Amino acid sequence: MTSPAASSAIRTNGLTRTFGAFTAVDHVTFDVRPGEVFGFLGANGAGKTTAIRMLTGLLTPSSGEAWVAGHDVYRESEQIKRDIGYMSQRFSLYDDLTVGENIRLYGGIYDLSRAQIRDRTERILSRLGLSHTAHDAVGALPLGWKQKLALSVALLHEPRIVFLDEPTSGVDPITRRQFWELIYEAAHAGTTVLVTTHYMDEAEYCDRISIMVSGRIEALGSPAELKRDAGASSIDEVFVRLVRPELAGGGGPAK
Amino acid sequence: MTEPPVVIDDVVKRYGKVVAVDHVSAEVRDGELFGFIGPDGAGKTTLFRILTTLLLADAGSARVLGRDVIKDLWVLRREIGYMPGRFSLYPDLSVRENLDFFASVFGTTIAREYDQIAPIYSQLEPFNDRRAAALSGGMKQKLALCCALVHRPRILFLDEPTTGVDAVSRREFWELLARMRTSGLTIVVSTPYMDEANRCDRIALMQNGRVLATDAPAAVAASFDKTLLAVRSSDRYRALLALRDYPHAYGVYPFGEALHLADDRAGIDAARAATDAAGFLHEKGFGDASVEPTSPTIEDVFISRMGSVSPQASAA
Repeated sequence: MTSPAASSAIRTNGLTRTFGAFTAVDHVTFDVRPGEVFGFLGANGAGKTTAIRMLTGLLTPSSGEAWVAGHDVYRESEQIKRDIGYMSQRFSLYDDLTVGENIRLYGGIYDLSRAQIRDRTERILSRLGLSHTAHDAVGALPLGWKQKLALSVALLHEPRIVFLDEPTSGVDPITRRQFWELIYEAAHAGTTVLVTTHYMDEAEYCDRISIMVSGRIEALGSPAELKRDAGASSIDEVFVRLVRPELAGGGGPAK
Repeated sequence: MTEPPVVIDDVVKRYGKVVAVDHVSAEVRDGELFGFIGPDGAGKTTLFRILTTLLLADAGSARVLGRDVIKDLWVLRREIGYMPGRFSLYPDLSVRENLDFFASVFGTTIAREYDQIAPIYSQLEPFNDRRAAALSGGMKQKLALCCALVHRPRILFLDEPTTGVDAVSRREFWELLARMRTSGLTIVVSTPYMDEANRCDRIALMQNGRVLATDAPAAVAASFDKTLLAVRSSDRYRALLALRDYPHAYGVYPFGEALHLADDRAGIDAARAATDAAGFLHEKGFGDASVEPTSPTIEDVFISRMGSVSPQASAA
């Protein structure tokens, strides 16, 4: 049997997770194409984190189906973990370890050879202009550099898909854009990117986005499609209309 | 009171080698909604702690409500409301208990201050018995705001009240601030979200401990001194890389659905600049590229004033 996900980086069908009487993720169905930058948006508490935990093999779904990099989330969560990268704003690198040590640690976890680790360390440091900081503790780096380094480390084992959970929170406008250039670079090299953000302008940088409301995906498409369908001028406006129609005010009927 | 409610005069604060606040001067006017806008590490929180009497500056002086933040700290603490950036409530106490606690610290009661906090508290009252830790992000924010307001402060300092909060809750929170402002309360707020700057009467852009600009948001945006173009192409990433080699590019970077290109030629007609850039892109094979003049935003000004206008992932 060929994998149902042969043509998709991520495919879900009716994916659901309940906690007691609460349905955090409610029959979610979507596909993410290989090499796509996919924005995974939603209000706080809409179910994004629960969905990401299921897709990264950390949480078993209550029902429904999902394949990530061709692997079934129920039976092949270990293979999923090998084929994906993950970084979040809250945790990604060890502050007390040096830049080089962090890279070696993750390289070791993913079974890279010493030669691979050496080559990729060099490549990352020169790409980020961090060569002079290889022996500095990560905790001493400015936030923006840390986040760019964290993304590079999440890509270290050349995963097929990388999950980025609010990677640019609190980062200055220039560094945010440098960070997005790294995302584009990874996508052009064939890596699939699933990213969450509270910066609505960053949603515009994605090939396609989904917007979750109360556990369901209420909108999915390219930024241009979503704006056109909602008759809105920005993704911010689309978002507000979906999540809190009474706040949108004035701008025509809420969908 | 003739003196503005906040007067910051050449304040400096260092942590070891790091200069967190680097010769900052600013004034906040009476009844104003004033925003300090900048990313993490800009010095916003340090400055707020100095203004709220919680931290001593190394140099310079600050006055709030006409009082010196060092000499008059005990009087001042009764008169200011402060909502710190990190969740500052007692997670194991209920909504009601948290509010009771903050009221009693200031020698008052919820009942006596009810009309002051009612617009916000009424939304929390149904959850009076819920532990603060179990509230949603937006609700925690509102409770923290109630606690900062319960002693009827004459000025309110809100340190990054919307950080990490979704776009809808952020919008709701700003609408709440706008309503509070109509009562004449002076509100000083900080945020890393550039798009929130337009909600303020005046703003100070901060980066690396310094103030880059202070003015009304529209005036800050208008201070952008280059011709700004919006570039659209189906292959945005490659178009971005191509424009790095455009001879007149002062800076080029992704901006929402488009790329922003700042033309470095002084006084050039915007339409002409757009035609030139479109010609360059068409020649490079971007047949569907379109270029049109666009209005600069606060974020464009911030990027330009940060000094490095052409972001490359490789640091300088």
